[in-house]
Amino acid sequence: MPTITFVHPDHRSEPIDAAVGDSIMQVAIAHGVTEIVAECGGNAMCATCHVYVDGDWLGRLPAMTADEDALLDGAAAERRPTSRLSCQIKITPELDGLVVMLPDRQV
Amino acid sequence: MVTAPSTAIPGVDIDPFSIAFFDDPFPHHERLREAGPVVRLDTWNLHGVARYAEVHAVLNDPQTFCSSRGVGLSDFAKEKPWRPPSLILEADPPAHTRTRAVLSRVLSPAVMKQVRDGFAAAAEAKVDEIVAMGSFDGVADLAEAYPLSVFPDALGLKKEGREHLIPYAGLVFNAFGPPNELRQQAIDRSAPHQAYVQEQCQRENLAPGGFGACIHARVDAGEITATEAPLLVRSLLSAGLDTTVYGIGAALYCMARFPGEWQRLRADPSLARNAFEEAVRFESPVQTFFRTTTREVEIGGHTIGEGEKILMFLGAANRDPRRWHEPDRYDITRQTSGHVGFGSGIHMCVGQLVARLEGEVMLAALARRVASIEISGPVKRRYNNTLRGLDSLPLTVTAA
Repeated sequence: MPTITFVHPDHRSEPIDAAVGDSIMQVAIAHGVTEIVAECGGNAMCATCHVYVDGDWLGRLPAMTADEDALLDGAAAERRPTSRLSCQIKITPELDGLVVMLPDRQV
Repeated sequence: MVTAPSTAIPGVDIDPFSIAFFDDPFPHHERLREAGPVVRLDTWNLHGVARYAEVHAVLNDPQTFCSSRGVGLSDFAKEKPWRPPSLILEADPPAHTRTRAVLSRVLSPAVMKQVRDGFAAAAEAKVDEIVAMGSFDGVADLAEAYPLSVFPDALGLKKEGREHLIPYAGLVFNAFGPPNELRQQAIDRSAPHQAYVQEQCQRENLAPGGFGACIHARVDAGEITATEAPLLVRSLLSAGLDTTVYGIGAALYCMARFPGEWQRLRADPSLARNAFEEAVRFESPVQTFFRTTTREVEIGGHTIGEGEKILMFLGAANRDPRRWHEPDRYDITRQTSGHVGFGSGIHMCVGQLVARLEGEVMLAALARRVASIEISGPVKRRYNNTLRGLDSLPLTVTAA
């Protein structure tokens, strides 16, 4: 199982074994990572599963759609070049070791 | 109607559009869930799904379970729709993709940031009013009055004629039901409401800067045609007001019935948004929607033919013990992500962010300004083929 590491706003790191095919959002929800809210349930409509992707990893993720790009403009926490919606990133074996930082708020 | 099913689909003799059902749907929901993954409802000659997994699967397979033949019982392939079909709700990809993108942008998270302060100030003003009243009707004076004080203005509607908005929405949601008395009466009385709505959807009747004008502006950008824009505005008039009335009504009814949860909210008003979300799961203001099969399909080992209507019990899915821990408990800190109160998939409520904003700021204002909230008279249900909510909720509050 690929391991995804969530870094909480207090800098605490939480590595989680993730099932291939799930989204990063689903992994977070299933493991009680409360900083991910995911109000819309993964339908790319709400921007409440915002994460910052660790710089080294950003270029290895699938490109974002125009919809995701527009939604990120409405994210509650500051948008940065590393911002992504975690519901739009599916776990693959290649993402083993991915690190994402959690923002301090989603709404 | 079923073409030689592999095994018999369990039949359930329940009319989900009857007053007895509306009065207490929960035992019926349980029967529907436990009967099987798909059930036959002979009263109206249709199939139903009531378990979370099947409801979610049907919602997320629009190619097999289409919307363009109507999301009510009436099959547009066989019957003339009672009004020109919606370009978004009653459409399939690729046509749906284009119109959906327009409404998604008009009601996006970025737009919500702009309207948030205004909606919050109006909620506080409304709560000040009801605190001064002491005793009031939670439906008329709050659940209806608050959305009416923000949404029509946000849309850019004229002041005159707004009394048609709630009856029009009631009509739309009754019309998804079967040809029963509720639907027939609503359609019989629809002419003045339809005339009002059609007129208000025109560009010249919508104030600049509002959601309605923003939709029309997409015509200039070449994304939709001038004949499509009024119909997309109509979608907001149909689905943007009454639904939030029922949603806020559900949240108030929960707070009044579950004082422990009310005290938790008072102690931490930042729980308001999730408390509203949980009320949407718990009461499911939008109880049902239909899809139509585009091909022969298997659900839970049963074969359903092409052109069959499938009724999705959103309210039953939202309390399915297969998916939810203690589903019949209202818990404002529940992890609510994944509930289907706003639907799921490509047709998931495009106005969900408006609904959440209204619900959140209303509950937060109450939590800060009200100490106790109690039911102080007979609670009366309002009957609608699709919507679940109250007609009257007498409440008494004390100031914090």
